[in-house]
Amino acid sequence: MQTNPVIKLADIRKVYHTGEVDVHAVRGISLEVFPGEFVALMGASGSGKSTLMNMIGALDRPTDGHYWLDGIDVSTLDGDALADVRNEKIGFVFQGFNLLSRTSALENVEMPMLYNRRRVQSHEQRERGLRALGLVGLGERADHHPNQLSGGQQQRVAIARALVNQPSLLLADEPTGNLDSQTSIEIMGVFQKLSGQGITIVMVTHELDVARFTRRMVVLRDGKIVTDEPVQNRSSAEQELQKLHAAQQAVKLAL
Amino acid sequence: MRILASLKIAGRALRRNKMRSLLTMLGIIIGVGAVIGSVSLTSGATKQVEDQVSSLGESVITVFSGNFTSGAMRGGWGSAPTLTVADALAITGLKNVVAVTPEVRDREQVLANGLNWNTQVMGESPDYPQIRNWGIASGAMFSDQDVRSLAKSAVIGKTVADQLFPNENPVGQTIRIRNLPFLIVGVLAPKGFNLFGQDQDDTVVVPYTSHMHRITTRTFVNDILVEAANDKAIDSVQKEITDLLLARHRSKEQDFTVRNQLELMQAVTATSRAMSFLLAGVAAVSLVVGGIGIMNIMLVSVTERTREIGIRMAVGARAADILVQFLIEAVTLSAIGGSIGIIGGVGFSKIVAYLKDMPTVTPFIWIGIAFISSAVIGIISGFYPAWKASKLDPIDALRYE
Repeated sequence: MQTNPVIKLADIRKVYHTGEVDVHAVRGISLEVFPGEFVALMGASGSGKSTLMNMIGALDRPTDGHYWLDGIDVSTLDGDALADVRNEKIGFVFQGFNLLSRTSALENVEMPMLYNRRRVQSHEQRERGLRALGLVGLGERADHHPNQLSGGQQQRVAIARALVNQPSLLLADEPTGNLDSQTSIEIMGVFQKLSGQGITIVMVTHELDVARFTRRMVVLRDGKIVTDEPVQNRSSAEQELQKLHAAQQAVKLAL
Repeated sequence: MRILASLKIAGRALRRNKMRSLLTMLGIIIGVGAVIGSVSLTSGATKQVEDQVSSLGESVITVFSGNFTSGAMRGGWGSAPTLTVADALAITGLKNVVAVTPEVRDREQVLANGLNWNTQVMGESPDYPQIRNWGIASGAMFSDQDVRSLAKSAVIGKTVADQLFPNENPVGQTIRIRNLPFLIVGVLAPKGFNLFGQDQDDTVVVPYTSHMHRITTRTFVNDILVEAANDKAIDSVQKEITDLLLARHRSKEQDFTVRNQLELMQAVTATSRAMSFLLAGVAAVSLVVGGIGIMNIMLVSVTERTREIGIRMAVGARAADILVQFLIEAVTLSAIGGSIGIIGGVGFSKIVAYLKDMPTVTPFIWIGIAFISSAVIGIISGFYPAWKASKLDPIDALRYE
């Protein structure tokens, strides 16, 4: 199978010049992620995974090395071009949801389309926004504001927002970090479903339990990749949920 | 990013802090309101003055006798008898002159109906009402024939009519001036007070010949009123009058003064222009103060919404998009403030006009200037905060707590 990678990192390095000491956050990482993959990027804090994620997300440029996203060499682009890449090629999902408060779910989802270089008519915005919300199972909540939604629902809105411009890459930063275990499994279920539909997902996490829902685990330490292997005993969100329900049922029975 | 969407975002941001937005706008509201209000009132007053000036007749030239010099003694207008009826008749022959009247003035005690009244008796030609833009309310003006025959005809002003004939029509009645009976042939339309606060209706107008030969015994006139064909002809007519009179008087020094109403008008408008500059200064100061308030609040707003800026950048907003968004917010704030100020200022002047019975003129040019300058103030004071917002690093902005 000879497809082009969505992400191709070639000896990426990032050095922060803070005061007298240079901090080498990322020290030469090469990585390829192919379409449809579901990758967990793991590592302890200080391992350089956040820095790497910022570069993969076109929020930051590497000090050295090259990064091709969907065939475009992102490492040489200027600020405006990076903004366009983020707009067209990348969908972000954050730990803290990062929705705009006092703005309806639908308007939150429509927001990335405001910044499309090609103008999107407002009825088309609405259509695409509703479709994206439907994809994450929130079609009926389009008019709700974030403070009227649960954490899991807010994260679904954020996922819908990330998907609305049909990006090549869905980039999630600790998407379950602020959620309880049941909701976390539900959100991972959403990701697994999207992955099943062929969407490329890279997820940063430090929880092994969460990483088990993915197909490939990349572990970083001290700015380098230490392991990169397929996930054994992959968890299925459906089964995990059933297990959880059974456990809850058992507790109730016990009581 | 389209302007409409930016406006929507701006509107939402401003509604979120209604009280704060209102207080921020207050500087602009008060500044613009004060200026529009006072301009409405002063331009109303100016217009009143201008109307009075033009009620004298816009293209009227007045020739005053005087600039008298005798040995070492010198005097101003009217201080020397130099103008004659013959001068006035000579002026009649000039090009672009449509009406001329020699004018003699005198105060007399006039009697009628068993009542008496001290008033100004003017000797004029039949052209007088036309020159002064002054209608006849009832009856008619006396004629050229009356002038030639030194007729004892008179046209009286409204005040005199009210004083001497409180309950009857004066036309056809007689008044006695220095014991001579004058037949009232007409009553002048009311004209009100002039620029100097004199009651213009307190007057009796008689043929100048009758005035000079029957009431008084004068050979010189006080002044000569000349009406030019139109505004443009005023300068040339004025010059021709000067040349003519210099030749006629054979004097080296000019023993008369020629003035026109346009000069008076210009003096008035110069005053109102000075007033306008003063108001513009006040407006500029208050707009600057208002602008500082807007800049202050926009800086706060940028800090408060750092995370929102980060989110927008993460989903693909360019620096320019963020800049435009905050600029539009600042401009919306100042333009709404300016609009409220304009409405308030116009409303205030209307209320004052109603309560104090003063004329107002809605100054559309000033309204335009006020609106545009408040929008410009919004751009200027919003630029630095907007620029600051656009320069944020998306990573730092996203992490901002």
